[in-house]
Amino acid sequence: MSNDTLTIAGKAYSSRLLVGTGKYKDFAQTRAAINASGADIVTVAIRRTNIGQNSGEASLLDFLPPSEFTYLPNTAGCYSADDAVRTLRLARELLDDHRLVKLEVLGDPQSLYPNVVETLAAAKTLVKEGFEVMVYTSDDPIIAQQLEDIGCAAIMPLASLIGSGMGILNPWNLQLILERVKVPVIVDAGVGTASDAAIAMELGCQGVLMNTAIAAAQDPVLMASAMKKAVEAGREAYLAGRMPRKFYSATPSSPTSGMIGR
Amino acid sequence: MISVSINGAPQTFDAAPSVSELIQQMQLTGKRIAIERNGEIVPRSLFAEQRLADGDKLEIVVAVGGG
Repeated sequence: MSNDTLTIAGKAYSSRLLVGTGKYKDFAQTRAAINASGADIVTVAIRRTNIGQNSGEASLLDFLPPSEFTYLPNTAGCYSADDAVRTLRLARELLDDHRLVKLEVLGDPQSLYPNVVETLAAAKTLVKEGFEVMVYTSDDPIIAQQLEDIGCAAIMPLASLIGSGMGILNPWNLQLILERVKVPVIVDAGVGTASDAAIAMELGCQGVLMNTAIAAAQDPVLMASAMKKAVEAGREAYLAGRMPRKFYSATPSSPTSGMIGR
Repeated sequence: MISVSINGAPQTFDAAPSVSELIQQMQLTGKRIAIERNGEIVPRSLFAEQRLADGDKLEIVVAVGGG
């Protein structure tokens, strides 16, 4: 399995679990959980600096050095293509001409459901400007295909609403996307526990991106470890190819001859 | 005197500072930040030569935890 890598925009990553860095108790817990997850790619948000903040205060980058991880700056909280593009241009400058980004343009603050019209517009601009766009989207196979056609580096459909922990609500739609899209499909949002991540991988997804499922667990570090195993187990099961389902008949696992008393 | 907006908050300066001087005044020297001025990125290489002007809108950002 060691050569089974996730390739995004021409670069190979050993872990298929991508994790967020939000909602942890402190930076030390963030770091411990991310270590346990084995993730190579970590998402970060771009926010206004606090004016007048203590200049000696630690920052996320001190705990997660960009030399050790691949940063995936996101556009969380953006509700228009324009805001998303501006945010990622700032991220590119902030991270020394870093191109790999997570685009998400949201529709409303209650559902955080993607606004696919704005997402498509932002993706066009970003691809034209040389960004490698991993794009959060709905589980609509037509939109997924259009985002791939624009040139996105990965399609990241939701499993259920961001931060909901509701798991994979529509595996059939994910399957439709997987059948059409050639770039990596990574489930982003909605995973609640390890089995959800395993199901996503068994469907054939190339990876899973999560934050709250780990950060909001009672023991985030232990859950991070569980997610690592779930993603690996689901991937191996996908590659192994599951047995066919037999709906109306059983098949014994033990030999049917040589029984005593017959 | 000039008046500018920094991260949405109005600020006034007796004399227009350069971006570098602004960063120093805000105690952000050495921090990993990025700056947008009136919708355009200010590359780090131009911090010393770009001087703020009345009515400028600046956004100064950092990377924080997020999903």
